[in-house]
Amino acid sequence: MALYHNQPMAHAQEPTAAPIEHRFNPYSDNGGSILAIAGTDFSVIAGDTRQSEGYNIQTRYARKVWQLTDKAVLATNGFAADGNNFVKRVKQRLEWYEHAHHKPMGLKSIARMIQTMLYGKRFFPYYVYNILGGIEEDGSGAVYSFDPVGSYEREACRAAGAAQSLIQPFLDNQIYFKNQQPEPGSQPFIPGNLPLATVLSLVVDSFTSATERHIEVGDGMEIYIVMARDRTTDDLLGEGKLQKGMEIEELGTLGEGQGERTFLVRQALKRD
Amino acid sequence: MNSVLTQLQPSAPHQNRLEEQDELDRTDAASWGSMAGFGNLDRTGGVQGMSIPRVSDPTSFLDMHTDNMSSNPDAKIKIAHGTTTLAFKFQGGVIVAVDSRATAGSYVASGTVKKVIEINKFLLGTMAGGAADCQYWETYLGMQCRLYELRNKERISVAAASKILSNIVYQYKGMGLSMGTMVCGWDKTGPCIFYVDSDGQRLKGDLFSVGSGSTFAYGVLDQGYRWDLTDEEAQELGRRSIIAAGHRDAYSGNTCNLYHVKENGWDFIGNYDVNELWYEYEGKKKAERESQNAAAAAGASPMAVEP
Repeated sequence: MALYHNQPMAHAQEPTAAPIEHRFNPYSDNGGSILAIAGTDFSVIAGDTRQSEGYNIQTRYARKVWQLTDKAVLATNGFAADGNNFVKRVKQRLEWYEHAHHKPMGLKSIARMIQTMLYGKRFFPYYVYNILGGIEEDGSGAVYSFDPVGSYEREACRAAGAAQSLIQPFLDNQIYFKNQQPEPGSQPFIPGNLPLATVLSLVVDSFTSATERHIEVGDGMEIYIVMARDRTTDDLLGEGKLQKGMEIEELGTLGEGQGERTFLVRQALKRD
Repeated sequence: MNSVLTQLQPSAPHQNRLEEQDELDRTDAASWGSMAGFGNLDRTGGVQGMSIPRVSDPTSFLDMHTDNMSSNPDAKIKIAHGTTTLAFKFQGGVIVAVDSRATAGSYVASGTVKKVIEINKFLLGTMAGGAADCQYWETYLGMQCRLYELRNKERISVAAASKILSNIVYQYKGMGLSMGTMVCGWDKTGPCIFYVDSDGQRLKGDLFSVGSGSTFAYGVLDQGYRWDLTDEEAQELGRRSIIAAGHRDAYSGNTCNLYHVKENGWDFIGNYDVNELWYEYEGKKKAERESQNAAAAAGASPMAVEP
């Protein structure tokens, strides 16, 4: 009976550890963080350039912030493939609009369009958190933030992505002056009219700090600055206004141009 | 005369269909341009087919990847929710009060959410549940109400408006929409509130509160509610109820937005910081207690001498 010592069917009768699951999982999280702050006559939209999956860095330069029109910049965060595809579709819709109406779409209209585009995939969502920044029709700086299925709100500042919970409290404190008291006898705080130089250094500090404490943030950052028409650029282009290691370029107008100017500032972040 | 007759005569249905088709074809050139600018609406203004994943059970797909009402808190896609909203009818109209907190899990995603959606000058909708669901469908409701006005040369009733909304969400029943809303306004019949939710429920009533903090709000609301409240008393009751809920419910808070619907449309009354107001109320209560104690002590003292 030695032949049957091991029953031939023994393997088949043993229960397997767990049933093999085949389910449709089209999503991934590619980390990184984005952030936008509105000023009175400018808007700053920034993001880091690291793209990762789990502990693996896929690339040290992947774009998350996109110039849409002369006065609108969109930052995307979450699943990079969804983000890239979403931006592609938004740009196509903006082009169609321009052909039909012979003018670029306004910022608040872009915001509403993004809502309907996101909600159109309510039952198969884009895994993307969007922040839209730019200049409103009245010349004021604006930031709109979205959830993945299209609920949105105009705000003065917003951080999203992996380091959202690290950056947003800092912004609440520095932009909205939350939990701060003015010194006795001094002027009260008025949120929303910080000078560009202050805003820029807040953005840089947000990302360098997030890089220190979050593994998915780092490598480099791109800061887009949209300026309202007739606004001085001395506080950005003037001698010694930029911090060490910063590179700046002006992005030419996309359409006929109505005087808004967009600048792109790049800076390295720690790569470890 | 002839032309009137031809207009009155019912034309063959298929011919009618063709004419309509022709008209649509003529506007086709714009459909990739201006019409495409109206979001995911088709040429007739209806909502175009929503994109649905090609899996056997799309609803469980959505459940797996989104944190719809905390059934799956680990999901990647966090949809903002958690709320206290209330509305009540009284002698002077309708009071609508809401908080402004949006949470994603235990993270406070926003403290400045507008949970009252201004559908038009006479209609307000409140937002509880999925923020995007409420925002999107109540905006769409606003478009439908405007079309009703243009077609019928009179304003839509609150009953009809709320039924448009409930019919829309009923079409999507079981697919994962999440909304609990109160459609409030003033029409021919006077002040009016309808509660509409994503299960398809639609109720008319005098007083509602919706959301995770609703139990706390009801507590304050029920003890202070009377039909003959003055405007100021009613506004204070709405505000006080939201403050109480904001204080006791972790998923509600930050600020309170207050609206008053009257015969000539709604008024925005104000935005109030929950924390600040709570301690203001506490301070008042303490001061009252102390003055009462002082009075009692003065009255009880045998040595007290009337001046």
